[in-house]
Amino acid sequence: MSDVATTPRRIGRLDLVGRQLDYWVTVYKRTWRGSAVSSFVMPLLYVTAMGVLLGGFIEQDPSTLEGATTYLAFVAPGLVAAHAMQTATGETMWPVMAMIKWSRTYYAMTATPLRPSDIVAAQLLFVTFRVATACGVFLLVLAAFGVFASPGGLLLAWLAQILIGLAFATVFFAFSAILKNESGFAIVYRLVVIPQFLFSGAFFPIGNLPPTLEWLARLTPLWHGVDLTRMLLLGTVDLPLALVHVAYLGALTVLGWWFAASRLTKRLAL
Amino acid sequence: MSPSQPDTGVKTGQHAAEAPALMVRARELRKAYGDFEAVRGIDVDVRPGEAFGFLGPNGAGKSSTMRMIAAVSPPSGGDLRVLGMDPATQGPEIRSRIGVCPQEDTLDNELNVRDNLVVYGRYFGIPRKEVAERADELLSFVQLADRAKAKVEDLSGGMKRRLTIARSLVNRPDLLLLDEPTTGLDPQARHLLWDRLFRLKQQGVTLVLTTHYMDEAEQLCDRLVVMDAGRIVAEGSPLELIREHSTREVAELRFGVGEHGALAEKVADLAERVEVLPDRLLLYTSDGEEALARVHERGLSPVAFLVRRSTLEDVFLRLTGRTLVD
Ligand SMILES: Nc1ncnc2c1ncn2[C@@H]1O[C@H](COP(=O)(O)OP(=O)(O)OP(=O)(O)O)[C@@H](O)[C@H]1O
Ligand SMILES: [Mg+2]
Repeated sequence: MSDVATTPRRIGRLDLVGRQLDYWVTVYKRTWRGSAVSSFVMPLLYVTAMGVLLGGFIEQDPSTLEGATTYLAFVAPGLVAAHAMQTATGETMWPVMAMIKWSRTYYAMTATPLRPSDIVAAQLLFVTFRVATACGVFLLVLAAFGVFASPGGLLLAWLAQILIGLAFATVFFAFSAILKNESGFAIVYRLVVIPQFLFSGAFFPIGNLPPTLEWLARLTPLWHGVDLTRMLLLGTVDLPLALVHVAYLGALTVLGWWFAASRLTKRLAL
Repeated sequence: MSPSQPDTGVKTGQHAAEAPALMVRARELRKAYGDFEAVRGIDVDVRPGEAFGFLGPNGAGKSSTMRMIAAVSPPSGGDLRVLGMDPATQGPEIRSRIGVCPQEDTLDNELNVRDNLVVYGRYFGIPRKEVAERADELLSFVQLADRAKAKVEDLSGGMKRRLTIARSLVNRPDLLLLDEPTTGLDPQARHLLWDRLFRLKQQGVTLVLTTHYMDEAEQLCDRLVVMDAGRIVAEGSPLELIREHSTREVAELRFGVGEHGALAEKVADLAERVEVLPDRLLLYTSDGEEALARVHERGLSPVAFLVRRSTLEDVFLRLTGRTLVD
């Protein structure tokens, strides 16, 4: 055997991930209009309904609002973090299953030099991009209401959304790679996504919950995300706690990423 | 489309003792799905430049074997080398030099015809400008140039198949894997595809294909293995296989429904071998006309009859007791 055949140049991870850029650009070109409109309109609807209208009814004792002076200021960071979660999970449930089962795009990809782990990496980068743009717009719209403390905090909060997005995207990617059919999504949406949305401190301080539920809420990734975002946006950073939030979401990202790559590898290896 | 030739020629001189390089080398190759063993220990050698076929009925294990060779499905046992490399550890390197046309299309319905080639070509790290040129070349090669902007959804089955083959060529592979390239196509579309595959072979591309059409195997393959239930039951060139496992000619006799079993005994001595199928009797003999004349002499009058040469279909029937295409 020739040397060419037995010791070919190894193709690097970055190279393999980069080769998928054109695919994701074409996907984005096809879908950006819809997502752009919703990422602009959604925050306006939420802020108007929850912050301004609902907030108008709420008798606020600022000491109960975790450092916020108005309900609008309290709820705005929660809405952003919840939006990060929803964007990330939305991009990693049906779309992942579609690429496994319906369009079978992953099978086309794995016939080329790409490995499942390269595919996961590229898709997670795309989801990160989606979260970054969606939450970036969301934050800018909210900033117009004058509820945030500082530009620096705003920037850090934006980075925090990327971390929140990754924590959810990696775990949900892994889940979708295991799931046999889409009925599992409805269950997970009702039992995991919606309860976190409602009870993880986005809309009211979790101190209002009974003690066991409060304790449970503190374990959810979204609470860590909401609390981190709120600290950064309101300028009430409690550094040790902030680091706990970052570590928690970071650990989830690493674990979820590893799990997603290994599950997709298993799923695609017929 | 001249492939960058790998060093795959037979070595001479001081390296003569070395085995010639093989495009695919499998020993005792196995594939199990849970408890079920789909491939049960096969040995395969594919030489550079040849067209090699896997012929077998549904469920024989052809696609399972192809997916292992394509370095996407890990073998459950045995040894496999593709282009001299180990699929378990050098998957990306192997896949960058092979082209794959899977049994079920995996074209992207959301992209247009040309973008399917371009996006796929990018996965091989081919620069954008070059991949664009190759896409246009390949679309002409498979006669889809006028459909470049069409949606994949709107293509006919034969067009999709051609597009899949074009896509599998975008990296100028040394080895092309075609899993049932023409199943479901009309005769015209099949002949167009065969012609394209011939041309690739002339350019030096090694072809490995599966089929359950014996005429396709006879037309395209230099060498083939007959697979059944996960095992190789025969191996050789189409001609060798026919010579070895069948007679030169076959007389086919059709009688009334249900009569074939009983009549078989009456003509058994007229041929080397008689096969009873539900709808006809097959008399294997070196001289079909002669056998037919004797059948008539005995006062038997089949409602229909013909004499033909033996084909791989007969080889398969002989080896497995079953017909190939059901
Ligand atoms: N992913 C899988 N999981 C479980 N069983 C499988 C899987 N793929 C194939 N099989 C089984 O393995 C056997 C061989 O299948 P394979 O697809 O390799 O056959 P084939 O020769 O390609 O058949 P066909 O002509 O129908 O394409 C069949 O019994 C099939 O049901
Ligand atoms: Mg098959």
